[in-house]
Amino acid sequence: MTIAIKVDNISKRYKIGLAPGKFRYGMLRDQIAAIPGRFFKRSQGQAGVDYIWALKDVSFELQEGHVLGIIGRNGAGKSTLLKVLSRVTEPTKGTVSVRGRVGSLLEVGTGFHPELTGRENIYLNGAILGMKRAEIETKFDEIVDFSEVSQFIDTPVKRYSSGMYLRLAFAVAAHLEPEILVVDEVLAVGDAEFQRKCLGKMNDVAAQGRTVLFVSHNMSAILRLTQEAIVMQKGQLTMRAPTNEAVDYYLASGQSQAGERTWDVDEVPASAAPFQPVSLKIYNPRGLIADTVRSTEPLTIEMDYKLSAPVTGLRVGVYLSTVRGEYIFTSFDVDDAALYEQHSTRLPGHYVSRCTLPGDMLNEGRYILGVNASSFGIKRYFMDENALGFSVDPSAAPGMQWAEPRQGPLRPRLDWTIETIDSKK
Amino acid sequence: MTEITKSEPTTIYIRPTSGFAALNLRDLWLYRELIVFMIWRDIKVRYKQTLLGALWAVIQPVMTMLVFNFLFNNVAKVSSDGIPYPIFSFTALLPWGLFTTALNSASRSLTSNHNMITKTYFPRLVLPMASVLGGLVDFAIAFVILIGMMIYYRVTPSLTALWAVPLFLLLAIISALGVALWLSAINVQYRDVGYALPFITQFWLFITPVAYSSSVISQKWQILYALNPMAGVVNGFRWALLGTGSGPDVLVAISAGIALVILFTGLVYFRNMERTFADTI
Repeated sequence: MTIAIKVDNISKRYKIGLAPGKFRYGMLRDQIAAIPGRFFKRSQGQAGVDYIWALKDVSFELQEGHVLGIIGRNGAGKSTLLKVLSRVTEPTKGTVSVRGRVGSLLEVGTGFHPELTGRENIYLNGAILGMKRAEIETKFDEIVDFSEVSQFIDTPVKRYSSGMYLRLAFAVAAHLEPEILVVDEVLAVGDAEFQRKCLGKMNDVAAQGRTVLFVSHNMSAILRLTQEAIVMQKGQLTMRAPTNEAVDYYLASGQSQAGERTWDVDEVPASAAPFQPVSLKIYNPRGLIADTVRSTEPLTIEMDYKLSAPVTGLRVGVYLSTVRGEYIFTSFDVDDAALYEQHSTRLPGHYVSRCTLPGDMLNEGRYILGVNASSFGIKRYFMDENALGFSVDPSAAPGMQWAEPRQGPLRPRLDWTIETIDSKK
Repeated sequence: MTEITKSEPTTIYIRPTSGFAALNLRDLWLYRELIVFMIWRDIKVRYKQTLLGALWAVIQPVMTMLVFNFLFNNVAKVSSDGIPYPIFSFTALLPWGLFTTALNSASRSLTSNHNMITKTYFPRLVLPMASVLGGLVDFAIAFVILIGMMIYYRVTPSLTALWAVPLFLLLAIISALGVALWLSAINVQYRDVGYALPFITQFWLFITPVAYSSSVISQKWQILYALNPMAGVVNGFRWALLGTGSGPDVLVAISAGIALVILFTGLVYFRNMERTFADTI
């Protein structure tokens, strides 16, 4: 087999804490640095200049025709890795050799101009992605068909709905036919039908023997589309394994202790401010932090967070989903209207939002808790759909007299009655 | 790139570059169609949602010419080498307009297309080049007005204009591109360029013989004056179209040499800064 991508010890360093130009925010930075245990973990380079390693000594090889999943938390270096592979930015150290053209779906809609029509943007976008005019012409009809915007093809794209815009953009990128396709979170957007189409296209690409790198936070998509995955943590490649194992490892990682997830300040994107997540914990009824809870017992979810400024309309909540990425429910701390009134504006400070999940609810298996902090219609401050994994033990759950797995994520204890209409003795 | 897709894929090596980055003009050639598309895009959207549209390409130089005519011809009575002042200044305003438009749009070309730069690979040179070349359309429109004025003022250019005008136009483009490469690359890191540019072009206008004739510059300053490549361009245009001055001489050669030096250093600087564009933009 031929090697399509060979990544050899690449590292990428970014300067931080340095304002553009000669004028540094010296004093402000020093003040921030004085707050103990806060701000970036720094490695000292030249005097007064701080660096952060977005990638550190990453090496891997990928054979032609293989599909590789890349998983990792925000800030783990996934996007930087893709940027290096697609030649957007240079590595600080190391080399990469890439065999063939790299097309990436992280560049969906790049260079689209709102004043140009759909037709004109197809040509322009194609050229930006490295297609020849002749190549675009032969694929033009196919692209238009795929995008489902044929009747608006001569309308400026500024009049398009966001869905139409996205479909057109994706259609161009999907028809690039690169030897290596890089897919980054495109599946997070678009409606269900469109997502299905995108996944289908990705499958086709892989089936044609082309190499695919797939980055997603959606574990079900990773499990479905890849056989093998790498896990990135703090800029380093920490594991390469069959996808099942990698996903398990990923879900278990980042938990300083099983049943608990904590966030370092540098893991939280700057856009989350003023919201700062601190920890997410699961307690069993005995008040202990637990990774495995019993199906029959209630469990308590505790979200610990800080606010650095007052937030109006804040709701902090959790998602519960299966490891296959199917949602079970979403719940916010101020779902109750009266409670929402009471906490309409939260002042700066340190908070804990706590809720209890009743016993006899979840089936045996592994579940994932996600976190969402947002003000409806204003801003989503923070979201981590895979914050914490935990297991449910079925001991003493209904139906345990039969040693068989039960379908579905729920295992409620229902009040069955059996009414005998007629019985022969 | 069809031929590449069909045949054996080429292997690309990505590694940190150090020192003076190779100019890698071959890559630029591979992406030549993108330059054409970017020029076409710039032209298509330039006068979108304006009332007067491409008429602006005419209004700008004509209005400037009228103001110059009032100030320098009627009030200050500046010598125009025996040529009617309107056509004397308009001939200079054409390459000058090309130059300033190029600087304005090219210096912003990288920052205004930052999403292209942070998301996809292509030779970054494409953007300032397309901005500079896009100005040729405005130039061509204004040139039609110039031809009309030449007929009106009964100025007949000699046949040398056929080769001399394209040649001096090329010199104007080289000068504009050289300066534009410097400005666009600096602008990625220091947005000061946007504030400094109006002063730079204003000052540059004073040291370029647009409103006046270069014959007013005393002999001993001529060489220093020729260090401004646009002086060579403007004198060349006047010589080719109106027959003033002495034609290509050592001063034009100095202008051309300086223009090439600016272009070459601009290219080297640009290619060197290009590595960090995606990180600093």
